Amino acid sequence: MRKIAIYGKGGIGKSTTTQNTVAGLAEMGLKVMVVGCDPKADSTRLLLHGLAQRTVLDTLRDEGEDVELEDVRKEGFGKILCTESGGPEPGVGCAGRGIITSINLLEQLGAYAESEALDYVFYDVLGDVVCGGFAMPIREGKAQEIYIVVSGEMMAMYAANNICKGIVKFAEAGGVRLGGLICNSRKVDNEREMIEALADRLGTHMIHFVPRDNMVQRAEINRKTVIDFEPDHPQAEEYRTLARKIAENQLKVIPKPMAIEDLEKLLIDYGIAA
Amino acid sequence: MTETARSQTAPIEGPDPEKVKAELLAKYPPKVARKRAKQIIVNRLEPGDKVPEINANVRTVPGLMSQRGCCYAGCKGVVLGPTRDIVNITHGPIGCGFYSWLTRRNQTDPDTTPDGHNFMTYCFSTDMQEKEIIFGGEKKLRQAIQEAYDNFKPKAIAVFATCPVGLIGDDIHSVCREMKAALGINVFGFSCEGYKGVSQSAGHHIANNQIFKHVVGLDDTIGAGEFRVNLLGEYNIGGDAFEIERIFEKCGITTVATFSGNSSIDAFANSHTADLNLIMCHRSINYVAEMMEKKFGVPWIKINFIGAEATAKSLRKIAAYFDDPALTERVEAVIAEELPAVQAARDDIRPRTAGKRAMLFVGGSRAHHYQELFRELGMRTLSAGYEFAHRDDYEGRKVLPGVKVDADSRNIEELDVCQDPDRYRPRKTPEELAALSAKGLEFKDYQGMMPEMPEGSMVIDDISQFETDLMIEKYRPDIFCAGIKEKYMIQKHGIPMKQLHSYDYGGPYAGFKGAVNFYREIDRMVNSRVWGYLKAPWQTNPELAATYAWE
Repeated sequence: MRKIAIYGKGGIGKSTTTQNTVAGLAEMGLKVMVVGCDPKADSTRLLLHGLAQRTVLDTLRDEGEDVELEDVRKEGFGKILCTESGGPEPGVGCAGRGIITSINLLEQLGAYAESEALDYVFYDVLGDVVCGGFAMPIREGKAQEIYIVVSGEMMAMYAANNICKGIVKFAEAGGVRLGGLICNSRKVDNEREMIEALADRLGTHMIHFVPRDNMVQRAEINRKTVIDFEPDHPQAEEYRTLARKIAENQLKVIPKPMAIEDLEKLLIDYGIAA
Repeated sequence: MTETARSQTAPIEGPDPEKVKAELLAKYPPKVARKRAKQIIVNRLEPGDKVPEINANVRTVPGLMSQRGCCYAGCKGVVLGPTRDIVNITHGPIGCGFYSWLTRRNQTDPDTTPDGHNFMTYCFSTDMQEKEIIFGGEKKLRQAIQEAYDNFKPKAIAVFATCPVGLIGDDIHSVCREMKAALGINVFGFSCEGYKGVSQSAGHHIANNQIFKHVVGLDDTIGAGEFRVNLLGEYNIGGDAFEIERIFEKCGITTVATFSGNSSIDAFANSHTADLNLIMCHRSINYVAEMMEKKFGVPWIKINFIGAEATAKSLRKIAAYFDDPALTERVEAVIAEELPAVQAARDDIRPRTAGKRAMLFVGGSRAHHYQELFRELGMRTLSAGYEFAHRDDYEGRKVLPGVKVDADSRNIEELDVCQDPDRYRPRKTPEELAALSAKGLEFKDYQGMMPEMPEGSMVIDDISQFETDLMIEKYRPDIFCAGIKEKYMIQKHGIPMKQLHSYDYGGPYAGFKGAVNFYREIDRMVNSRVWGYLKAPWQTNPELAATYAWE
């Protein structure tokens, strides 16, 4: 079982990319589980064709200790198992602690057990690594591989660099490694070259460049992944390619985060100023 | 040099304090040693009551076993804990509430308020669990307040935030406002998360602020009594406040409110109508006195009712302030009536205690006040220090303008108080105050502990367990005073240990009767032979020896 976490700046398209990619893996006949680690609980919407999931934490709150795996796990597109950690409303409580509790509960309920015969677990994690709770998937070997979704926009690259700092912190203790950057294109000038250069500097590679296509939005409004909605569309092929590249990926590294000055220089060399 | 210090200028017996200081520091890494060197001071007395500068109210070095408590302990445990008719709810996991439940032996007399409410024996907590940490605890807090109200119908409910509440950001103050409107009783909160500040001192300040903001000044009724005072920083441990109240009553002095021994919320609400504030524990309560003076015009003086002589002196200060011949006469009569019994006890006991030596490491004023009682027994304080005091408590308020306000202190709210447009009423004209000052009555002043300690005494701020061990080893004092956390490690040295936070099982020690109690207690302790017989197993038998099985 490969345990993979997807990180990246808020709004970069982590959930969309994750779901479209795991749809590709499922098509290849692989057994996948997605664990949404966002209090908004929208990481499995496209796989489940809507927000139909009861979150782990809501269930835990309502049912007390008497929780069954079936209460918090649903099967979606391509037999993908979907769970949502859930969490408090914005501005109250501690979402980070929620994710810790939720992943521990899933473990206790046997969601990761051999009997489940999982090939992949994907953690789709909210925003940046903001506190200990959000680092939970990369702690203690809960995830072994990280992919960072990034674009050519400056703040997305800042965030990617920041996430790398988090990975370094846990890499030695937990054995987590960076598998690569996924460029979710925003049609920024020189985007491909810039992200390739960034990946190079971080000691990793850009595993795939996902072009921008309105089909993604169209599928999303229909609560589906592109592979599900328009299997023959070229964009579906892009996600299948990304899924295959992840499946075949051998390059797993401890990243070398950049100093802010170097990062800014890279932006100047490749970015708008170039 | 003050009179008391001058009377004790004989050099300290035992090892040279400077050498002991060097030895205390030798164990520490250089950076820690540099920091501690500023907190371990050999006292010197220079003209004008000048004493050496001591570093205080700074962070404890991690790894040093400190005596200190947390911000929550200072706020809930010390300042608000002794008020009997406020339901004090700890918002947090159960431990903080349970372990701060009635640990200070504050006594109270519910019969002195008409409703007879006394909630001190209860422990109220929201018992936060993982669910509340994740989803927020405001709902449970609201429910707890409602439940407390339904069951007890108190006049007021106070809410105390513990560490996790601050981390997850529960807005206790908005919940309190909402419940205050819904229930029609006073409900107010304290953001006294344990991690705030460097010691419990931060909690005292937060407690002062909120009591002043939410309670003081709510009731303008001017009650009976000609000479109306508040007693601040007296927590009625072992019944101290009862003894002081007894003496006041005899003198015809009316206590409007005590902050906060034997106290009730109604008295707090009315306290601004008093004509004089008397400060016992300067550290924990001077904030309220300062604010009351600014807003309502009530002056404050520092007094001390620990020690019979100190009690007499404090009573005379009060009489001097009110400047009323009848009061002065009564005060003198009371002193004359009370002192002979004290004197008789002292005459009996002093031959057995004279020349004995004490160390006191406790609180923010007790380490100072109790030196007075030991002096009356002819005993010498070799070394003393506070757990959580600031520089002004050591060196006197004259150093206040020069005290650096660091980031930790800035983190604690400083209320901006101004004159109340209608209720500000100066109790004395500036001329009257000046005349009283000229006669030696110092307003808004505290001389601090060090000017009253002899040359060569060691003053140690925030003493660590290692330093305690070494000080005992070097000087072998006849008695050591501190708190429960230190008690047993000190007794293991074969040294009698007196708790000055909770008084062990004794008290009161304040006032005249209290002084007699203390003399007897100390006589019993320093002259008990049991400590001499105490030997740890390794002191009589050789250490265990063993060999490895493969040897």
